[in-house]
Amino acid sequence: MLESVLLTIATAATPLLIAAIGELVAERSGVLNLGVEGMMIMGAVTGFSVSLLSGSAWLGVVAAIVVGAAFALLFGFLTLTLVTNQVATGLALTLFGLGVSGMIGESFVGQPGMRLGVVDIPVLSDLPVVGRLVFGQDPLFYLSLLLTAGVAYFLFGTRAGLMLRAVGDNPASAHAQGISVIGIRYLAVMFGGACAGLAGAYLSLVYTPQWVENMTAGRGWIALALVVFASWRPWRVIAGAYLFGGVTIGQLHAQAIGVAIPSQMLSSLPYVATIVVLVVISQNRRLTMMNTPASLGRPFVPDR
Amino acid sequence: MDATLGNRAKALLDVRGLTKVFGALKACDSVDLTIGKGEIHALLGENGAGKSTFVKMLFGALEPTGGTIYWKDQPVAISSPGEARGLGIGMVFQHFSLFDALTAAENIMLALNDPAPLATIAARAEELSHTYGLPLDPHAHVGDLSVGERQRIEITRCLLQDPELIILDEPTSVLTPQEADKLFETLEKLRSEGRSILYISHRLEEVKQLCDGATVLRQGRVVAHCDPRKETTSSLARMMVGDEVPHVDREKPAAAREALLAVRGLSREASHPFAVPLSDINLEVHAGEILGIAGVAGNGQGEFFEAVSGEVLQERANIIQICGKDAGRKDISGRRLMSAAFVPEERLGHAAAPQMTLSQNLLLSRYRTDALAFLARLGVVRGRAVGEATKRVVSTMDVRKSTPDPEATALSGGNLQKFVIGRELDRAPQVMVVNQPTWGVDAGAAVRIRQALVDLAKNGSAVLVISQDLDELFEICDSIAVMHGGRISAPIPVGEATYEEIGLLMGGSEPGQNPRPPVEVV
Repeated sequence: MLESVLLTIATAATPLLIAAIGELVAERSGVLNLGVEGMMIMGAVTGFSVSLLSGSAWLGVVAAIVVGAAFALLFGFLTLTLVTNQVATGLALTLFGLGVSGMIGESFVGQPGMRLGVVDIPVLSDLPVVGRLVFGQDPLFYLSLLLTAGVAYFLFGTRAGLMLRAVGDNPASAHAQGISVIGIRYLAVMFGGACAGLAGAYLSLVYTPQWVENMTAGRGWIALALVVFASWRPWRVIAGAYLFGGVTIGQLHAQAIGVAIPSQMLSSLPYVATIVVLVVISQNRRLTMMNTPASLGRPFVPDR
Repeated sequence: MDATLGNRAKALLDVRGLTKVFGALKACDSVDLTIGKGEIHALLGENGAGKSTFVKMLFGALEPTGGTIYWKDQPVAISSPGEARGLGIGMVFQHFSLFDALTAAENIMLALNDPAPLATIAARAEELSHTYGLPLDPHAHVGDLSVGERQRIEITRCLLQDPELIILDEPTSVLTPQEADKLFETLEKLRSEGRSILYISHRLEEVKQLCDGATVLRQGRVVAHCDPRKETTSSLARMMVGDEVPHVDREKPAAAREALLAVRGLSREASHPFAVPLSDINLEVHAGEILGIAGVAGNGQGEFFEAVSGEVLQERANIIQICGKDAGRKDISGRRLMSAAFVPEERLGHAAAPQMTLSQNLLLSRYRTDALAFLARLGVVRGRAVGEATKRVVSTMDVRKSTPDPEATALSGGNLQKFVIGRELDRAPQVMVVNQPTWGVDAGAAVRIRQALVDLAKNGSAVLVISQDLDELFEICDSIAVMHGGRISAPIPVGEATYEEIGLLMGGSEPGQNPRPPVEVV
């Protein structure tokens, strides 16, 4: 029982973690992309349909990453090159993604999909309790943790990461230093899109291997909130994603047991938890200010 | 300087006919400038004369429209700051160059084309900064540092690249006189090592003291090449400004009368990590008096202004008193209704809404105080009355504009500053509080603004001027208090104050103590 609960928490948390870590990189460069939900749902429908048509779940994953990045490239072209408003463009991207994915996915509704197989490390995965939890998960679970470690190392341990943070803090200074602000922002936004696409593929290939319209169900927005929750520090995204995943799964089990609370109240718990945590986090102003990218959401146009 | 070094063949940098055009404006018009090896060369000019545009082109941050740059007699095209650094040109920016959220060492690392790890760079920066008398802590976050400390980071960063030419943009405008003297020692040391310096300033005394040659710009053109040591400050000023330098007329005030503005025991905790807490500030400004508050930027002036203007309310109403009545719990409109007026430091975005016209901006700050004149029933705006008031302000303050009622952002800095000050003066307030009245404003506009403040005081109002510009404070104030680290000194009458005394207070010394070196970093 406990093992299966923990396993489902991990599957609930993994797509949030992947999408949030990508958005974190984009926001660290100073770009607020509210289109995570749209890129994620595009990843979900692409992953599902490509794997079904090609017969390879992995091909679906790759296609989802590419489509997510392509959507982010579109967002980048609009906000970075044409300097449109980031908030409005991000919202438009979400609506666009939800619509397009519904259209593409129409013929796939109800079809059984492919499932990405689990990694099964012999012997170790048979250990009690931790066995399947640590050594018998799907490959994207491990990837999500590696991704977090990689992003943490990149941002705080490499020169390129330093440049990215500098761009997010003060693009005018970065430009004066000879750093390509727009170039870095393009790359960061596309990384964010690729992650959102991957997170979407996780939903339609691992979490529930089928296509349902609007199947992201607001997870893109939760991922956005998690970035703030983590105060733009990669390791804290894991805590946030698993906390949220835990509350989501916990309330499902509470409903199943028949706790005397209306199910609607229980279903809203994860979102209530998010709001509460965000309020608590924002009390520590020093921490927030040190880590918030100072130029977040502000367009930059180099003068030439 | 050795005369033979002055010829063109030995020049380190030789600029011929450098031009930059922005739309219809010639920011730099065919500028020539030559710097020899081991020379400190001054680039003089008013704000808007084209100095910044010129050096940005030298440093590759702007692309020239025309002209040639010779570096060691070779024509070069400098298309990026990286290329400039590669040639051996380093630049110390005054604004917008450091990253607040990063540490000193990270800031330095960003500018170096050096794959060394952060720890190595931090160690090298620390060592080099001590060699040149610029101590710094490589692990401190820049956002927590004073302006002087930030400048040390900029200079250290520049020196780590071992440049042959160092460009310094207005380096002393944010320093206390004592900090500036330490900087000059560093510059002398650099000159003795054979490095050249392009020194941008509008402070003539220090240019005379420090520089071997000078180029004077006015409205984008070179008006003179000269040897500043052979000139007087007034002859240099004439070259910069053109005509005879204008000055402010001021009479001695009558004996002190009633206090129109009083601050009693104002303390304030830092509201965010980069803010300065205020502690126990007491002061009075009397009718007919101009009180100046000197201080290096970032010592609590902004926080103090917010508390006095009502952008932040006080716990007790009697902490701020306007015309003898408690105002500490009133917001900014409430305080304006008590006949006070406030002009914040940042003119675009704080004092004026950039995308709104001048008349709309006028209405925004005066719709309560002038409600009878400006608003009809149901809050309908009387456009004509507002328009007339705007015209009055524009003509009294000589605001130059291209259309009848332009957006605030379309005005130059000096003209907008004249407008936001004139907008308040037009109400004839009893109390006027101004933060940095002439920051980044050309000399003509600055004199007009100062004269207007002096005239206001002459008519019996109390004026509080917060400024970093000591010359300005000595010119218009009756007494000067100094703000340092969120505390304020007792006001000193201008007749008894010296630059040195004020400078020491700005550096944090108590009056009567021995001078201390400015803020050492442990």
